[in-house]
Amino acid sequence: MGISDSVPLLGLKWDDLLLLGLGGIMVGAGLLVVTMRDIIRCGLAMIVCFGALAGIYVVLGAPLVAAAQVLVYIGAISVLILFAIMLTQTKAAPTRLVFQTQAVPAAIATAILGIVIVLGVGATDWGEVAHRIRTGTAGLARLLFDQYVLPFEVVSVLLLAAVIGGVFLARRDDRGEGED
Amino acid sequence: MSDSLDSYLILAGLLFAIGAFGFLARRNAISMLMSIELMLNAVNLVIVAFGAFIEKLAGQGSVIALMVMAVAAAEATVGLAIVIAIYRNKKTPLVDEYDSMRQ
Repeated sequence: MGISDSVPLLGLKWDDLLLLGLGGIMVGAGLLVVTMRDIIRCGLAMIVCFGALAGIYVVLGAPLVAAAQVLVYIGAISVLILFAIMLTQTKAAPTRLVFQTQAVPAAIATAILGIVIVLGVGATDWGEVAHRIRTGTAGLARLLFDQYVLPFEVVSVLLLAAVIGGVFLARRDDRGEGED
Repeated sequence: MSDSLDSYLILAGLLFAIGAFGFLARRNAISMLMSIELMLNAVNLVIVAFGAFIEKLAGQGSVIALMVMAVAAAEATVGLAIVIAIYRNKKTPLVDEYDSMRQ
């Protein structure tokens, strides 16, 4: 026997329940990222947010993007950011003020931005199809290495340039004036 | 709900607004970089959602999302290197104390 199409007791479909849960986790963790006082905890909340987003990619039928999300964001960028936090935080930093003086205008402006986005999405007819189109790994690989092979190579060059630039920028100055 | 494009777009819009708020309001340079990552993720979600729901974009959305991820990784590398380089000179990660060009 298999499981039924809809969740017992709630009357929702499984996909809807997943999307609700993951979306709630993602938005909640995002709010924690921008409001929490201790920046290490902000970084950990960011990992939770990225993980929930990877789940949403799976719900959307793009499992390879979800895997890349876990590898790139959770595995690489989050760890990089946590390293940078530990390199730059002083003991006094978390106890001091978290927000700039323009935090209240910023909150109002971004609330308006969010409302405008939601209204705009609701008012637009996108001409969507009724079901989600799944993107399998084979089809994605065929696109990536056939039609999009030039952007793929350009991105690899960009990554190389970013690595070299990062090393150059973060390098300690050898000539003595930039001690520590 | 999970079969309509609007729910994903609204979710992404909320995440983008949260990221924009963090970028405008936080004092710490690394918090601002984290907020930028949130905004990039919101845009990525929009791209993948369009790829899943618009027939002409099927598959291409995922390809573009992968490209955006690579560019985001490059951005994070260079941004954090700049923050660390500034921190080495100024001894603070708070952006409102970087005022040497404000005279």
